[in-house]
Amino acid sequence: MTLLGISHYWFVIVLMMLGFYCVIARGNMIKKIMGLNLFQTSVFILFVAAGKVIDGSTPILRDGVEVYANPLPHVIVLTAIVVGVAITATGLALAVRIQEAYGTIEDDHLGDDVDGDDD
Amino acid sequence: MIENLIDVALLVFLVILAITIVRIRDLFAAGMMFAIYSLLSSALFAVLDAGDVALTEAAVGAGISTLLVLACLALVRRYEHPTGGHNLIALIVVLITGALLVYATLDLPEFGAADNPAQVHVGPFYIENTYPDMGIPNMVAAVLASYRSIDTMGEVFVVFAAALAVYALLSVRPHKNMPGVRRRPVKRLKSPRQAEADPPVAGKEQAP
Repeated sequence: MTLLGISHYWFVIVLMMLGFYCVIARGNMIKKIMGLNLFQTSVFILFVAAGKVIDGSTPILRDGVEVYANPLPHVIVLTAIVVGVAITATGLALAVRIQEAYGTIEDDHLGDDVDGDDD
Repeated sequence: MIENLIDVALLVFLVILAITIVRIRDLFAAGMMFAIYSLLSSALFAVLDAGDVALTEAAVGAGISTLLVLACLALVRRYEHPTGGHNLIALIVVLITGALLVYATLDLPEFGAADNPAQVHVGPFYIENTYPDMGIPNMVAAVLASYRSIDTMGEVFVVFAAALAVYALLSVRPHKNMPGVRRRPVKRLKSPRQAEADPPVAGKEQAP
């Protein structure tokens, strides 16, 4: 196995771990949702990379093409992209609601007294 | 080989953008970075022969997600509150998880080989039978809308539930008597002119 044959997976892992770090270490809720999206996109890349065939082609039937990429991972990723947007919308709506109720979307400041807040 | 190098270049850009998104404090800039990130990942999908996924990611990831983040930023503070340095425990957890995943990749099949397990089992069935069964050339559309149409219907239900949740969350205005709601700074949610017109009674009038 060559390094190029495995490097995609390692890049995906780096992206995934950056998203994971963003979700657990950042206090801002919009940042957390962005981290979730980073994680999610890295999973999409992993799935699409699993369906890739070298010297293959986009899975649309046409003359003169013999090798196609595997269409099944693409279908799953299409579904996941739409579900991801649904998650993003719900999470951002929650963030807006928390901002309305608490005056902040930072984890560490949710317990603060609103009157004493200097921002 | 050349194709692989294009992939690697795009992936390096993606990693740089992801690091920037995690580090930057300006949420507006982070949202814009995220739009670029989605666009680059859709380019990567195009290089990886996933045309439909690339189109959807460009439209939905770069378009709608960015719009949602911008709409949210109109209502919250633009700058993230600075936290002191790195979170060491989180860093350790992330590094251990990453190391375990790297160990797991050693068992994965080589990227792009035609005899990978994913390519020899179910995939060829759809490649051979899509045209005789459905009469359309696009296999992804055939699987999505016909072979696995029940899955797609479930996806529609998920989107409907999310829309319902967003509506439920945003349709109720908070007022003082609701549990868990503290006196919020009204001035930040209003335009300066409006706040100048009626500063003290604004919160009272909103309560139904």
